[in-house]
Amino acid sequence: MGTIYILWLRQLKRYVRSRSRIIGSLGQPLLFLVALGFGLGPIYEKAGGGNYLQFLTPGVISMGVLFTAMFSGMEIIWDRQFGFLKETLVAPVPRWHIMLGRTVGGATVATAQGLIIFAMALIAGFRPESVVMLPFALGIIFLVALLFTALGTAVASVLQDFQGFQLIMNLLVMPLFFLSGAFFPLGDLPFVMAAITRINPLSYGVDALRGTLVMNSSHFGLGLDLSVLSIAMVLCLLLGTYLFSRIEA
Amino acid sequence: MNTNAIITVKNLTKKFDDFVAVDTISFDVNQGEIFAFLGPNGAGKTTTIKILTTLLHPTSGTVRINGFDPEHQKGDVRKSFGIVFQDPSLDDELTAWENLELHGVLYAVPKQLRRERMKQLLEIVGLMDRKDDFVKKFSGGMRRRLEIARGLLHHPKILFLDEPTIGLDPQTRNHLWSYVEDLNKKEGITVFLTTHYMEEANKVADRIAVIDHGHIVAVGSSAELLEQTRTQTLEDAFLALTGNTIRDEAATSVDQLRVFARGWQKRR
Repeated sequence: MGTIYILWLRQLKRYVRSRSRIIGSLGQPLLFLVALGFGLGPIYEKAGGGNYLQFLTPGVISMGVLFTAMFSGMEIIWDRQFGFLKETLVAPVPRWHIMLGRTVGGATVATAQGLIIFAMALIAGFRPESVVMLPFALGIIFLVALLFTALGTAVASVLQDFQGFQLIMNLLVMPLFFLSGAFFPLGDLPFVMAAITRINPLSYGVDALRGTLVMNSSHFGLGLDLSVLSIAMVLCLLLGTYLFSRIEA
Repeated sequence: MNTNAIITVKNLTKKFDDFVAVDTISFDVNQGEIFAFLGPNGAGKTTTIKILTTLLHPTSGTVRINGFDPEHQKGDVRKSFGIVFQDPSLDDELTAWENLELHGVLYAVPKQLRRERMKQLLEIVGLMDRKDDFVKKFSGGMRRRLEIARGLLHHPKILFLDEPTIGLDPQTRNHLWSYVEDLNKKEGITVFLTTHYMEEANKVADRIAVIDHGHIVAVGSSAELLEQTRTQTLEDAFLALTGNTIRDEAATSVDQLRVFARGWQKRR
């Protein structure tokens, strides 16, 4: 327990201390909220979709959580580069404790980032429709955060340096995000798009969050959303633990 | 076998694809001694340390650290040693104090004892007044001192020092070695160090193993090495050894041929 706690605490301290990183990573979601929310809002409403900001906000929160979680998981590359990773690798504790501490810490950071975006959306005019559902929304954000921090850890465990980072950004993180239904409704999509969004775990995260924040807006249904998210989370955690425990220095 | 040995290595080999980094080396390190691995860059010093400290799997051979096998009893082995790596391994975004605290928790040192030792060690390495500063503000020497303090926090039986003085000024270097010698005498901690500075090995080590191209070419006190090589200084001895005029006792005739061939190619 001590190991998991101290590594969780480390992630938090690093997050709170890097103000430029916090502010920097809020710029993008804010841009999406404003540019898309207000830019596409009128046309979305004319098409009969209702308030676009209400639709978009869960997607933008998910985006912020996805990015922060993946980055947190991939901090292993930094730690490898700056040497700190070795300190944890020779410690007399099971590797999965280390992996779990880092992952839960990274997920906590990503959740915090999601909450800040939520607050920004409130200022922009977003209104959650049910207060009762808010704790559930928080739970879903944490679940999504955990899933993608574990995935980031798994990916970073097999990367030796920053070279592969851009590759992961463009071929994994961006597609996950753009093909998740964060910006567009999942109904009535062309066949191929529908198929892709269905195998993307983030789709279920966005959908679950939308379902809890905005009434009757879930596409898959909360039951399916939570099942898929939980299973994907466990799989990523297992994969991350396996790959992390195989690291040699 | 040597019953006093705390580290035993037998026929240890490590291959990376075709490259043999460590080639069937065998040696013992006795409890309470300062043992040095002396060799040029790329001789296999760090690879050996990584295997001894569970960071790399050996290709073949057996290793015992404090009686445990690094392949199968990782936890017990890891509890037995402290290590100062060749390159930095601190978290820059944490303070000196937090780095020590994290280490203490990882090694399950009880809170009160941990705090006590952290204060003590920070005093000894002269960083007490900088304990709440971020490590990123520290100079190379300060980082090294902090890493040494950290390596000792859990009172290991063996301290591994992998080229600990690289990049340090003579003052810090001296300070560091006198501290390590002191620890060795007072606490009986076994010290395993690697270096390519002859005078350092000469000054601090009880016994020296000269390693070159993955082979141990000689083991003994610096006096013994001088005698073996009939040289006046350890530097000459080192050059004589790594120039391959002397064979490792355990070397096979094929090895000797290979060594001879290499020496001959060099001369041409």
